[in-house]
Amino acid sequence: MRIRGLILITLAVLSAGCSSIEPWVKPYDRENLADPIMSFSRAPISQDFLDHVFESREGSRGATGGGGGGCGCN
Amino acid sequence: MKFPHTRLAAFVITCFVGAAHAGVLPEDRADLLYFRYDGGGVEITGPSVLVRKSIGEHVSVAANYYIDMVSSASIDVETTASPYEDERTQGSLSMDFLHGKSTYSVGYVTSDESDYTAKTLFGSISHDMFGDLTTISFGYKEGQNEVFRNVIIDDVKINDPTFAEEMNSKSFSVSISQIITKNMIMSGQYEVITDEGFLRSPYRQIRFFVDPFTQDTQPEVYPNTRSSNAASVRAKYFLPYRAAIDGMYRFYTDTWGVVGHTGELGYVHPLGGHWIFEARARYYTQTKADFYEDIFPRADYANFMARDKELATYDAVTAGLTATYEFKIDRFPWLAKGALSLRYDYMTVNYDDFRDARFSLGIFGVPPEDPLQPGTEPLYKLNANIMQLYISAYF
Repeated sequence: MRIRGLILITLAVLSAGCSSIEPWVKPYDRENLADPIMSFSRAPISQDFLDHVFESREGSRGATGGGGGGCGCN
Repeated sequence: MKFPHTRLAAFVITCFVGAAHAGVLPEDRADLLYFRYDGGGVEITGPSVLVRKSIGEHVSVAANYYIDMVSSASIDVETTASPYEDERTQGSLSMDFLHGKSTYSVGYVTSDESDYTAKTLFGSISHDMFGDLTTISFGYKEGQNEVFRNVIIDDVKINDPTFAEEMNSKSFSVSISQIITKNMIMSGQYEVITDEGFLRSPYRQIRFFVDPFTQDTQPEVYPNTRSSNAASVRAKYFLPYRAAIDGMYRFYTDTWGVVGHTGELGYVHPLGGHWIFEARARYYTQTKADFYEDIFPRADYANFMARDKELATYDAVTAGLTATYEFKIDRFPWLAKGALSLRYDYMTVNYDDFRDARFSLGIFGVPPEDPLQPGTEPLYKLNANIMQLYISAYF
C-alpha cells in the first residue's frame, strides 16, 4: 500500500514537472547545435560501412545509433 | 558467410532510423561510397549508394544498395579451408512519416550471397518533447536468415544439398537525445537483441589436443540462442571557434559470457569555407565467451565449443582521419551543396587467447617446415587498412 502511494506521488510529481518544463535552450539559441559539424553522423553511408567492419570482428553488437535524435532544430 | 548479416542489417537500420529526427524530416541527399578493407588476409571492396528524398512535407523515402566483393585468405581459411572469392548484395528501403512532433519509420532490408540470405523488417517511433529539447525513440526489428554451406564439386561451387539452417533475430531499442546547453547535446541508447537458430559458422573448426604434441580439429558447437544487452551514451560539444568534440562509451554483455567496452573520441575542424577535417580514435576490449578456447583438452570436450576469434579475449584500437571538401556548382542551382570526402582508418587488434595456428597446422593443408607444439604458437595480431572515398550531394 505504501509502495503504491509512493508510485502515485512520484507519477503526479513527474507529470506536473513535465507540463511545467520550460525549454532552457530557446530555439533561437540553437544555431551552434544546428551546425552540420554537430551531427552525430555527418556521413551515414560511411558510418554504416565502418560500423559493419567493427561488428563483423567484435563480439559486441547493438546500441550504436546516434540515439535517434537530432537537436530538434526546426 | 563472411559477415554476420543480421548485424549489418541492424546497422543500416540504425542509419536510416537515426537519420529520422522526430519533428523534422531528414534532408534530401544522395551518397556514393567506394570502400576498401585490407587486413588479416581479407580484402573487401565495393560500392554503396544511398539516396534519400522527401515526398511532400510529411514523407521521406530512403534507399540503399550495397555490394561486398570479398577475397579471403583469413587465418581461419588458411588453417582449415581454401581461399575463396564471393560477393554479397544488399538492398534497403525505408520510409519516414512525419506527424506533428512524431516520426514513424518502417523499412525492409534484404541481403543475398551464395551461402546466406537475410531479410529484416524494422520500425521505430520518435517523438520530440519539452520544447524540442528531448527526443525519445523506440525501435523494433525482426530478421529471418537462411544459412547454407558451399562445397566444391568438380571445381564448381554449389550449396551443399544436405545442409540448410535458419536463424531468426529480434531487437528492441529505446533511445533518448537531449539538448544540454546551446553548445552540447547528449544521447543514450539501450538495445536488447535475441537470436535463435543456427548461430555458428558452417565452416569453422575448433582444435583439440590428441596428445600434448598432436592436435586435430572438429566442427564448432554453439548454443541455439543468444541474448545481448548493450547500452551506450554519447555527447558532442561545440567549441568556441567552430569546431566540435565528441565522445562515446558503450557497455555490452550477453548470455554467452562476452563483456565488451567501447570508447570513442572525435574532433571535427572546419577550415576556410570549403574544408572539414575530422580525427577519430576508437578503443574496444572484450572478454571471451564461456565456451571459447583456443585449443580444447580433447575431442568433444564440452557441450558447446567455439574457436571464433570474434569470441576471444582481445582489445583493438582504430584511428582515422577524414578530409571533406564542400563545393557548390553554379550551373546546378538545384544542388544545394556537394561534398567529396576521403577517410582513412588504421585498425590493430591484439588477441590474448587466440594463437596463430598457422605455426602448427600450416597453411592450406601444407604443414610448416618446423611446426611449433600446439598451444605454444605466438598470439595472433591483426592489422587492417580501411579506406573510404565518397561523394555526397544535398538537394
